[in-house]
Amino acid sequence: MSNIFPKSANKLPLQIIIYLGVLVGIATAGVTYYMTPKYTRVGYAPIQPVPFSHAKHVQEVGLDCRYCHSNVDKSGHSNVPTAQTCMNCHSVVKSTSPLLAPVRESYEKGTPVPWVWIHTTPDYAYFNHSIHVNRGISCVECHGKVNEMDTVRHVQPLSMAFCIECHRNPESRLRDPKDVFNLDSKTLAEQGRHQEAQEYLHNWKVKAPESCSGCHR
Amino acid sequence: MRHVYLVTFFVAALLVSILGLRGVTFTRPPLDVFPEWAFPGMKYQPKFRPQAASEFFADGRSDRMPPEHTVMRGMLAEDDHFYRGKDNAGAFVRSFPSDLTVNLALLERGRDQYAIYCQVCHGVSGDGNGITLRYGMGSLTTNGNYHTDRIRAMTDGELYNVIVNGSASKVMMPYADKLVPADRWAVVAYIRALQRAQQGTAADVTDAAARQTLGIQ
Repeated sequence: MSNIFPKSANKLPLQIIIYLGVLVGIATAGVTYYMTPKYTRVGYAPIQPVPFSHAKHVQEVGLDCRYCHSNVDKSGHSNVPTAQTCMNCHSVVKSTSPLLAPVRESYEKGTPVPWVWIHTTPDYAYFNHSIHVNRGISCVECHGKVNEMDTVRHVQPLSMAFCIECHRNPESRLRDPKDVFNLDSKTLAEQGRHQEAQEYLHNWKVKAPESCSGCHR
Repeated sequence: MRHVYLVTFFVAALLVSILGLRGVTFTRPPLDVFPEWAFPGMKYQPKFRPQAASEFFADGRSDRMPPEHTVMRGMLAEDDHFYRGKDNAGAFVRSFPSDLTVNLALLERGRDQYAIYCQVCHGVSGDGNGITLRYGMGSLTTNGNYHTDRIRAMTDGELYNVIVNGSASKVMMPYADKLVPADRWAVVAYIRALQRAQQGTAADVTDAAARQTLGIQ
């Protein structure tokens, strides 16, 4: 009557509890590491319909970001260029290249080039490009060194934590206005120009919102 | 119990080897770790974002063209002089719009915009020696060299019109979508400054220190 369970069974409830603790620990670590944009979005480099190289157009040709993304300092939305923007040069340069066929078709028929959207926010977050670039926040802060990319790659998580980190301490990310579109430039803080950063902060009335309604509405 | 831990360890190792580490470059669409069916939220709202795709409209675009014979709010552009560079009779104007003051700030603005949009073909000094020349676009005589009699003789309104509608030869395409009207006039002012700079003589240098640097007696 006494030998149905071995003596070791006395420890079993405790062992199960310890095991469940370990399991919860592993699950927590997994969720923390994997269920965040740092894992899901960083590194995203989709294949685009036209293998456009930012590195070539910025470093070799010397185009400013705004030649194509011309509304970035005028509007909340930074535009993908029109097909005509490409054709400004490519109606003459490499005008028969098969790689540019989607652009020529778009220009002639008015149909969009099916670019793949890389950097995006959820529909409930409202990001305004012009307010950032006009007050010394460079493209490079969120998009990385696109000027060195042959294929654009998502390099920052663009999560809420990422936004808030800068919004709590904007002076560390401010650039001289003439450096904003120079992705190789350094921030004022990196150059040791802390005094100037404070002046810009004051003169531009930089009050990066930390309230919910600053970005969600 | 040891077996349970071993199995757990191998399952965890298997998952890590499948999911990989953070920051690895990938081309497939990013994983949605909080999908709408499991976590209904407002991440995807039934609204159009700029330049987004739409299944509703036949052309697949969410951006709509204004219907014919309509004017968008705030886009009336009544002033022919300011918006089209023409006077009441339809001839190109020979002066700047009266509500625009030609001063250093306007020229600086013009220089910034010129550097972004024009310099690529027209060159830093407006002589047509832009980077596109090296890619076989045009020649020094056809690349809109501002210092030829033909372009020097063009009226302010004509220059403005070329920015809006492109050149008569159709090699230069319109830049109206990139430059807002005030910036177009700023660029026209800067072009005039470039033209004046090429016509300068030693007598124009009045600053004593500059005269010494340039070796003018």
